[in-house]
Amino acid sequence: MRNPLPALGPAPLSRCRAVGVLPLLAFAVVAVLALPLVFVGMQAAQAGWAEAGRLFSRPLVGTLVWHTVELTAAVTSACVVIGFGAAYLLERTDLPGRRWWMVLLALPLAVPEFVRGYSWVSLFPAVHGYWGAVLVMTCSLYPLVFLPVAATLRGRHTAAEEVSRSLGHGPWFTMWRVTLPLCRPALTGGALLVSLYLLGEYGAFAMLRYTTFATAIYTEFQLGFDAASASLLALVLVGLALLLLGLDAATGRRGRIAVTGRAGNGSRLARLGRWRIAALAGLIGVVGISLGVPCYALGYWLIKGSSTTLPSASVFGATLTTLGYAFAAALVSTVAAVPVALYAWRRDTRLARAAERAAYVTRALPGIAVALSVVFFAIRYAQPLYQQPPLLVAGYVILYFPLALTAIRGALAQVPPGVEEVARSLGTRPTAVLLRVTLPLIRPGLGAALAMVALTASTELTATLLLRPTGTDTLATRFWAYTSGLAYGAAAPYAALMTAMSVPSVLLLTRRTLGADHRVETS
Amino acid sequence: MSGLSISGLHAGHGRTGILDGIDLAVPNGALACVLGPSGCGKSTLLRVIAGFHPAKSGRIMLGDRVLDDGRLRLPAERRRVGYVPQDGALFPHLSVAGNIGFGLSRGGRRDRVAELVELVGLTGLEKRYPHQLSGGQQQRVALARALAPQPELLLLDEPFAALDAALRTEVRAEVAAMLRRAGTTAILVTHDHEEALTFADVIAVMRDGRIAQTGTPDALYHRPADAGVARFLGEANLLAAEIENGSARTAFGELPLTNAAHEARNAMVMVRPRQVRLAASAYPGTVKARVAHCHFRGHDYRVEIVTAQGDDLPGRLIAYIDTAPPQIGDTVHVAIHGQAHHCP
Repeated sequence: MRNPLPALGPAPLSRCRAVGVLPLLAFAVVAVLALPLVFVGMQAAQAGWAEAGRLFSRPLVGTLVWHTVELTAAVTSACVVIGFGAAYLLERTDLPGRRWWMVLLALPLAVPEFVRGYSWVSLFPAVHGYWGAVLVMTCSLYPLVFLPVAATLRGRHTAAEEVSRSLGHGPWFTMWRVTLPLCRPALTGGALLVSLYLLGEYGAFAMLRYTTFATAIYTEFQLGFDAASASLLALVLVGLALLLLGLDAATGRRGRIAVTGRAGNGSRLARLGRWRIAALAGLIGVVGISLGVPCYALGYWLIKGSSTTLPSASVFGATLTTLGYAFAAALVSTVAAVPVALYAWRRDTRLARAAERAAYVTRALPGIAVALSVVFFAIRYAQPLYQQPPLLVAGYVILYFPLALTAIRGALAQVPPGVEEVARSLGTRPTAVLLRVTLPLIRPGLGAALAMVALTASTELTATLLLRPTGTDTLATRFWAYTSGLAYGAAAPYAALMTAMSVPSVLLLTRRTLGADHRVETS
Repeated sequence: MSGLSISGLHAGHGRTGILDGIDLAVPNGALACVLGPSGCGKSTLLRVIAGFHPAKSGRIMLGDRVLDDGRLRLPAERRRVGYVPQDGALFPHLSVAGNIGFGLSRGGRRDRVAELVELVGLTGLEKRYPHQLSGGQQQRVALARALAPQPELLLLDEPFAALDAALRTEVRAEVAAMLRRAGTTAILVTHDHEEALTFADVIAVMRDGRIAQTGTPDALYHRPADAGVARFLGEANLLAAEIENGSARTAFGELPLTNAAHEARNAMVMVRPRQVRLAASAYPGTVKARVAHCHFRGHDYRVEIVTAQGDDLPGRLIAYIDTAPPQIGDTVHVAIHGQAHHCP
């Protein structure tokens, strides 16, 4: 609605440019990102129906589906409960010390899933299987729900809740019937991210000895190098991801939320009273389990491992390598996400929405499938690139593009409607509007996109194992080599570094997410 | 002769037509108002003129330049058409001075910004950011920003709707004065007939994607093209009449007509509530009626009266009177003063 629809008849040159470039770029980006899907589809098609029938009649597939579903259901529910509960306590009650809680509750994002798996497995060998996976993944992923919900609550004026109270409803009823529905877009968005992460996670499940599609696919590829049947399994996973995206779309169109000038007024409606102790105990429990355990494990193994010789030179080299790849990937992803986000934001058409959704699908593919699709593509069409650095960057970009897209879309939602048009009417060309208005306004989103991709890519394991140039080692691959040999002490410095490197990005993300509405006042 | 002229303009979303043959001319320097109910397409009309929405056919000319003729389309940034949307849409990352100077080239920007800051009365607030301004101040910045590059035409899309009532009247008068001082041709879109009547030199009443009538506020108010336009500009009483020799014979006697009309037996004429007078006793040309409602509005009383049922009696009439309100249920004698207007 906000922008002209594409002209039907012949249009002059200036208009063609204004309409044509953005969709073209957006679709080009989505097409490149879709290569893994194409690869998976081609491989599966090669396998044929007979092979498919044989594979799906194996009891393994049923087990995998059940594992994936029961794990996704449990972890997503737990993340929603913890994420909403913590956000509500911090933003709508008189809980003391909320600044500190905010940081502590977001920090578990800095601990990579496989490092978390390692810290539990190395300390408590009894933690494994389904419940181990639920515990470890919930601790890792609940901030993905907590952060957006807290941001929504902070950005929202409490008027609706105050009205509910004035109509004679108590704090519980108000939370359930007013606050919760207000948070629904943030909750469903966060839950979707959590489920998609779960579908694609490999390292933690391998460490916890819990078989999911991702671990099975890895085994198929790695041991048998059976590309066809692994692709069939990956297709099932893609199907599950599409199902999730469909559910998300059905539960409510996530249109632009009208941002009025009224930010949160910071009033705390619910007095905790005697519930305060219980609330504090709950938060301490969450932080203790999700942050305390990994910290203790890392400290324990660092001290214990320092008796053996610490390979300091290789730690330094691996860190530089990791940083280089992570930032290259972050830069490319952010630049690529801008046209897709802009296109979907400016034009709320079915086509634009489809392009945006297609871009999210790649996140649901396990790293292994993405990595092999890139290998396949390179061997087939770009032989000289095979086992070269650009290939690893491409793998990261395809994997983490959705993170950049989410961050930029979030920032665009804050842009007041009409500013681009007003800028045009003041005699500014479209490219100048982008440089002078739109990009400055979404600068926080661009920063968040860079940070999110760099953070996640610097702790990526699966795709790195397959795509890295020969002889190149990142922190994650070193760590994996040591833990596979049960050398927990030697692995500790790598795990600690990956965690420490992620901390600034998480703090940045927390501030960006929660402080967006105070940005102008502080500047 | 410059100014804006639109002829046969069609536009829509996909296959849905919104503008269905708009013809409109706004003389140079005039303040025009497009008045219409919500959903009539008036905002789309502004967006087509501004260049945010394509025309399907028809032609928009500004001075001797073609802005859009359905095929050739001048991009928004080359039209020299300023735009003030409903909520102002200030750039939140720029200060007041930054906002106002956005459309200016570097040379002379500072002087022009200072000039406009003074024009809109915001001296001393140049360094403030939009969120530090009140609604009225934001709207004035939006106006100054649009005026800064000296557009040939300024478009205002319900710019006062977001302001509260007291402020609205004040800002509206200020803006009208500022635009006259600047000599800018402007089009204001609104659904508020009072706003249109007080603001504009020319009003175009828009209905279902077409312009129903264009004229001065006075002409539209007293000589509307049809009953719909009459009602849209304010309350109206419609009377059955027989037209003969250029006057209307009604239940209230013979009334002179404002417009030439053919002889007709079953015609409709319109009189405004101010023309309805109430008397305590009957005299020739009065009709007996009963007071149904009466309420005080500060400057006058609005009285609803019901006449007896009859072929040529209107049933219900509205009168605005200045003095001594009758009690509800009282019997009054109604007369009509002044000219009636024949509504085809």
